[in-house]
Amino acid sequence: MKSTGAQAIVKSLQAEGVEVVFGYPGGVVLPLFDALYDADGIRTILTRHEQGATHAADAYARVSGRVGVVAVTSGPGAANTVTGIANAYMDSVPLVVITGQVATHVLGTDAFQETDITGITIPITKHNYLVDDAADIPEIMAEAFHIASTGRPGPVLIDVPVDMFRAEIAYRFPERISLPGYKPTVKGHVKQIKEAASLVSKARKPLLYIGGGVLASNAAKELKELAELMQLPVVTTLMGKGAFPEDHHLYTGMPGMHGGKFTNYAITETDLLFAIGVRFDDRVTGKLATFATKAKVVHVDIDPAEIGKNRGVDVPIVGDARSVIAGVIERLRKMNAQPRTDAWMRVIDDWRARFPFHYHASETSIMPEYVVERVRELTKDRPTIYCTEVGQNQMWACQYLRIREPRTWASSGGLGTMGFGLPAAIGAQLARPDHLVIDIAGDGSIQMNSQELATAVINKLPVKVVILNNGYLGMVRQWQELFYDRRYSSSTLPQDCPDFVKLAEAYGALGLRATTPAELDDALLRAFEHDGPAVVDVRVEREENVFPMVAPGGSIDEMLGGIPGGPVSEMLDGELLEEVWE
Amino acid sequence: MRHTLSVVVENKPGVLTRVASLFARRGFNIDSLAVGETEDPTLSRMTIVVSADERALEQVTKQLYKLINVLKVQDLDPREMIDRELVLFKVNAPADRRAEIIEIANVFRAKIVDVGRASLTVEATGTSEKLAAMENLLRAYGIKELARTGKIALARGSRDA
Ligand SMILES: Cc1ncc(C[n+]2csc(CCOP(=O)(O)OP(=O)(O)O)c2C)c(N)n1
Ligand SMILES: [Mg+2]
Repeated sequence: MKSTGAQAIVKSLQAEGVEVVFGYPGGVVLPLFDALYDADGIRTILTRHEQGATHAADAYARVSGRVGVVAVTSGPGAANTVTGIANAYMDSVPLVVITGQVATHVLGTDAFQETDITGITIPITKHNYLVDDAADIPEIMAEAFHIASTGRPGPVLIDVPVDMFRAEIAYRFPERISLPGYKPTVKGHVKQIKEAASLVSKARKPLLYIGGGVLASNAAKELKELAELMQLPVVTTLMGKGAFPEDHHLYTGMPGMHGGKFTNYAITETDLLFAIGVRFDDRVTGKLATFATKAKVVHVDIDPAEIGKNRGVDVPIVGDARSVIAGVIERLRKMNAQPRTDAWMRVIDDWRARFPFHYHASETSIMPEYVVERVRELTKDRPTIYCTEVGQNQMWACQYLRIREPRTWASSGGLGTMGFGLPAAIGAQLARPDHLVIDIAGDGSIQMNSQELATAVINKLPVKVVILNNGYLGMVRQWQELFYDRRYSSSTLPQDCPDFVKLAEAYGALGLRATTPAELDDALLRAFEHDGPAVVDVRVEREENVFPMVAPGGSIDEMLGGIPGGPVSEMLDGELLEEVWE
Repeated sequence: MRHTLSVVVENKPGVLTRVASLFARRGFNIDSLAVGETEDPTLSRMTIVVSADERALEQVTKQLYKLINVLKVQDLDPREMIDRELVLFKVNAPADRRAEIIEIANVFRAKIVDVGRASLTVEATGTSEKLAAMENLLRAYGIKELARTGKIALARGSRDA
């Protein structure tokens, strides 16, 4: 069957079951947009910026579990996707980004809107392609989807010169893919799995340290089974949120810089750190030399390069989280292993009760933590997806929301990209039209991609933006307060510029404002009930800080702020401890 | 520790860039890199000499394997490999010292490949040690220019299955 290169791309997208393409057209990519114009089964969402398209596709992928697809033009269009691609790369999100490129005969001549996007994106893609023969398109498309979505997922970019879009080729969807250099290990090594199970069965103070890899491999069910079988406490990283229900009695919080004190104590005290789909990121570990020093470490990851990268490991297991966890469960069942964490759970429960997240409530001014709490309570009984921006807003969302289901949380983890949240909410809403989708935002971050309000309004995507408007780049201000002598260099934003209510209205969205605690619930509820996009400008206490906090480079059990409590060595109840050790 | 990595990659445009940029980005220094087609024209072999401790070497090996175009990475055991490098030395050679230089070249089984009015160009192959020794001797005459290919290496035949 004859097609143009552009038609071949669309056919490949259809063959892959793609339903949504996020994009922005321009000169050299017009043949592709022309082919998308009446493509059956594919909805093309025109964002207002290519960064928005890329973040939207990213969150679409996080929420749906499918590959997010982006189509943009060469030069500025391609360059505008860079932040979004880097974001997806850091958080291991499967994307296929198709960029138009100048014609092959002018490549390398600094032609109009020529940018070496494959060169630029080598460090931030799992793989990329520059099409130099249109006949390769079907194969490249199939490979790109395969690479993006298998193993450790990640973004793949395909750069397509305009003459390749136009060339006539014989289209056939390849039945088999041949990638001799790409064979991810899925099944864990049996001996290692046995060793892990044996350690779990013997440990007195085990801890599951869970990251995004568990979500990527759809292993939440297996994780819950393992945790319940052996009564293992579970901590989830920012990327792992949703992998384990946060209202479960074994849930032990988020570790790290703004994690729970009780969580960081548990990590410091554990004798078996069972790490799955995590990468021992510095925001989690703080000072590596004092991180979980009492623990043996089992590390499960599908990416061998993560194992031993930051922290030495006792039992390395390369494999898919789901298959490995299932293997460990099977082994534990065979061994008839019994839970022995009763005393350890009492230690953790005691810490959890003594060191919860807390803030000083106020009747006159709205505390930002209170806003997140109210969002949590008002959405308790309805399926909700929570997105965040970056900064204090994101950390409070981590601390005060309760994420209970996989793929209902989309937050920029590894890159910490301000401006992620709104386009992410748009992508999430497209993936789950039946869910309430909320972006917990900051007044700074929201301005980085607020143009996407147009995308939400025009496409009837009723996302809700709750701005914790503190008139600051709050997280920056917090660091300046703590570490730079309160010199608030370039971190102040006037709370009323822009007027977010008018901004929302200018786009045709509902704009609401709350300035006192008494007004908050009403504004939130009106926004949530509204059948279109809504923005709630919540004027919060301006100089509230996120606590507790591990000082940069500090040990994670020595946290600033929060409820007073020293390092873990001082926090252990003597009697309980004896029981744990006995 | 110095390691000689033998990396088999797909012979495609851009693969060298991917490998080189990986080393730079992850903070590994390349001492030398030589690349060329193998017995199979769809594959190239890169011989990369790096200074790295065991842990860094493990990490760089794993990162290399993550590149889709990389098929095989071997850390060659120095006792079990054949390694060679080719160097061209253009040496100052006034008439009265030419004989000495030719003598040195002979001792190292090197060849005089070009004769100029005031210089000789010597082509030498061998292990890095041999070439270093030779360079040392030639330095006394003044090396005007030097070019080297970088090391290439293969595991010894006795290592084959
Ligand atoms: C694109 C980008 N630029 C800069 C930063 C550095 N940064 C981290 S948090 C932050 C402040 C965010 O301000 P705001 O969105 O108002 O959130 P708040 O901390 O006040 O809740 C900044 C500037 C970043 N993470 N991303
Ligand atoms: Mg702010």
